Amino acid sequence: MSAPAIELSGIDKSFGSVHAVRGVSLAVEKGAITGIVGENGAGKSTLMSILYGLFRADAGEIRVDGEPVQMDGPRDAIRHGIGMVHQHFMLIDSFTVLENLVLGAEGGPMLATGLAAARAELARLSRDYGLTVDPDARIAELSVGEQQRVEILKVLFRGARILILDEPSAVLTPQETDQLFRILATLKERGVTVVLITHKLREIMAATDGVFVMRQGRMVAERRTADTNPEELAELMVGRKVRLHIEKAPPHKGEVRLKAEHLGLVDGRGVVLLDDISLEVRAGEIVGIAGVSGNGQTELLQVLAGIRPPSGGSLTACGRKIDRQRPGDPAEMRELGVAHVPEDRQRQGMVAAFRASETSILGYHALPPFSQHYLLNGPAVGAHCAELMERFDVRPRVPGLRSSSFSGGNQQKLVLAREMARNPKVLLVGQPTRGVDIGAIEFIHRELVKSRDAGCAVLVVSVELDEILSLSDRILVMFAGRIVGEVEGSRADERTLGLMMAGAKAAPALGNATGAA
Amino acid sequence: MRPARRPLPAWADIVLLPVVNVALAFLTVGIIVRIIGVDPFHALELLIVGALGSPESIGYTLYYATNFIFTGLAVAVAFHAGLFNIGGEGQAYIGGLGCGLAILALDRTLPIWLMIPVGIVAAALFGAAWAAVPAWLQAWRGSHIVITTIMFNFVAAALMVYLMVNVLIAPGSMTPQSRGFEPSAFLPQMGGNPLNLSLLLALGSCAAVWVFLWHTPWGYALRTMGHNPEAAVYAGTNLRHMTMLAMCLSGGLAGFVGVNELMGVHHRIVLDFPAGYGFAGIAVALMGRNHPLGIALAALLFGALQQGGAELAFDIPQITRETVVLIQGLVILFSGALVQLPRPWLQALFSFRRA
Repeated sequence: MSAPAIELSGIDKSFGSVHAVRGVSLAVEKGAITGIVGENGAGKSTLMSILYGLFRADAGEIRVDGEPVQMDGPRDAIRHGIGMVHQHFMLIDSFTVLENLVLGAEGGPMLATGLAAARAELARLSRDYGLTVDPDARIAELSVGEQQRVEILKVLFRGARILILDEPSAVLTPQETDQLFRILATLKERGVTVVLITHKLREIMAATDGVFVMRQGRMVAERRTADTNPEELAELMVGRKVRLHIEKAPPHKGEVRLKAEHLGLVDGRGVVLLDDISLEVRAGEIVGIAGVSGNGQTELLQVLAGIRPPSGGSLTACGRKIDRQRPGDPAEMRELGVAHVPEDRQRQGMVAAFRASETSILGYHALPPFSQHYLLNGPAVGAHCAELMERFDVRPRVPGLRSSSFSGGNQQKLVLAREMARNPKVLLVGQPTRGVDIGAIEFIHRELVKSRDAGCAVLVVSVELDEILSLSDRILVMFAGRIVGEVEGSRADERTLGLMMAGAKAAPALGNATGAA
Repeated sequence: MRPARRPLPAWADIVLLPVVNVALAFLTVGIIVRIIGVDPFHALELLIVGALGSPESIGYTLYYATNFIFTGLAVAVAFHAGLFNIGGEGQAYIGGLGCGLAILALDRTLPIWLMIPVGIVAAALFGAAWAAVPAWLQAWRGSHIVITTIMFNFVAAALMVYLMVNVLIAPGSMTPQSRGFEPSAFLPQMGGNPLNLSLLLALGSCAAVWVFLWHTPWGYALRTMGHNPEAAVYAGTNLRHMTMLAMCLSGGLAGFVGVNELMGVHHRIVLDFPAGYGFAGIAVALMGRNHPLGIALAALLFGALQQGGAELAFDIPQITRETVVLIQGLVILFSGALVQLPRPWLQALFSFRRA
């Protein structure tokens, strides 16, 4: 048997007092797809960044094809045939595919020669690996899935034989994810070694040959994918038994807390983003909004939260009517009792550079007890944050730590804790568990149901169908800015919802359609 | 495998790194001074003695530092809001104009205890107003604030020349300056040299900026906007209003330069009193890491360089005013643009020491 493509032994890495990777050893088989799973903060990304030369390990050895190597930077990694596709694309939107491809590898002072050579190479790669992309298309015109294909091509173009993908499906629709896995399978057939970092067990089961499980910086298990199952992997990741589905009692619905009537939204260029949306959310129920990402859910949430004024129709939140003439704003919505957990916590829900305690009052900073006599009450803010961290099990429990130092799941728990702290009348939640590990998903779902049972009107927007199905009492499906169907949560199934999400089918007979009038 | 570089301890990051930066700048200056045929140690000695050697020279150093504190704070407040205010020069100029106009109008009627606060407030208001126009243009019209604030420096300079030559010039005078203020508008001096009570205003401003930015809900919202505008919108902050607030505060702080210069020293409106303090404020803020305490220290260094440099140019004929500007430029280069340069070396040093 030939030497493993990558062999790590005894890798150790600390950041200050945080011991991120502890004595990890692993061997990645050549020409196979190997998964690395673990919760956020388990050390997967750190380990791969060490392999790619972005961080230097405190101790340990890296071997590529059996040869010990020194990784001082990505340049070394590329030289040894290792390429990395990052979660966030490193592409220039206004450049063409070809121009992005040669970026950093222009091949001489005259661009034309380099581009011509690259064009030939791209044609070869496309043929060999079945990765079809128009070399002259601009990145901005490509779908997210195609952009990711360009990222993969970029890495192959630089001669990579070992491909590391960091949470590649985070930005993809389910269909695009399937496509990606087909591409990975082709790459594997052609002898490329693939390392897939993810926390989604379904993807591990679907795409990999072998899997390593990391927990709290250690490598806790290695399995052949064929010999394991999601339940076992989840347990290994979290370190205890995990319930992947939530149990909840039937809802006790109360009065209508949030009501949208013929809501419309048109952007500055005249593009219709929301079209005649009508919906109701009652106290004590969870309404789920399903849909493929980019069908108006983001905009709907923004309008409901008062961030964007509607251009047509009206919205009534806890008795206050909002329309084009009388727009609301997020601060007012909060005062009315509408809390909002935004879809993108990094960009909206928190400030990365702020301390956790500062993030824990975002949006509430001007209210007592945080603000008294025109001054921020530091001790009250700190105590509030400590209390939220305790209640929502945010780790580490350090209010003074920078928000960006927390893992995704812990950031999300902090944001959720902040929004739920004042017992809101309405809770809007966008992508409650995006980029969140399994242990935290279970926790977050339980808290949302708890809040529903306490009489809160909850609206959940998610692209994860499983999540919508397990949480919602009522499901609305969005497609192209409209609500195309409504289904009772207990009677919904993946297939019908999937068809509605694809815009293939109007409301089925068993649902009572609203909105799509 | 080689041991990893550890991050620097906090004290080294805050204290040692800037000290090393300044030392590197002086090393470079020393080489240049050597090349033009002056003994660098002698020059350094003259510089230090010139800046700190006597009560009078210390007074000058602190007087210059006062201006640098104002403009440094002005840049920092805007910077925390994510705005790059290059217009400190013009805001200081117009702030001085406001201060002077208020005094010319009222100094014969108001007593000193009323005249001084009125002058200070007028300086802040005029400075703020001059910053408000680019702020408004950015917030409502989308014009980039860097461009507009730069342009407003030129507009301010042209306006001042026009006003001084045609409107405010003292009757019968040949030099473009206003009539002298009445003593009721003189800021009390501290020790006979240009140092005046403005220093206390500057230190008070440091404290006020610190409290505002880190201990009030508005400062919180301002910093949120600077770090993450989307999160600020989510939190219910009106970005337009916050842009106006940040720039007006920034301009008001820059306007205080006029208080130090006109009420403290010249005792009349003169031309060109901002003399580059507005621009140097960018370097001061950069070196002071946009923190009031850091700005106060950086301002002190810049003040010492200004004063010591002037003495140096006076004593050594080979060293001209331009050489002094060069020295300042190198300090700005090393502590601003190259601020991270010595970091890997220090990290290596610290890792070695611990290993």
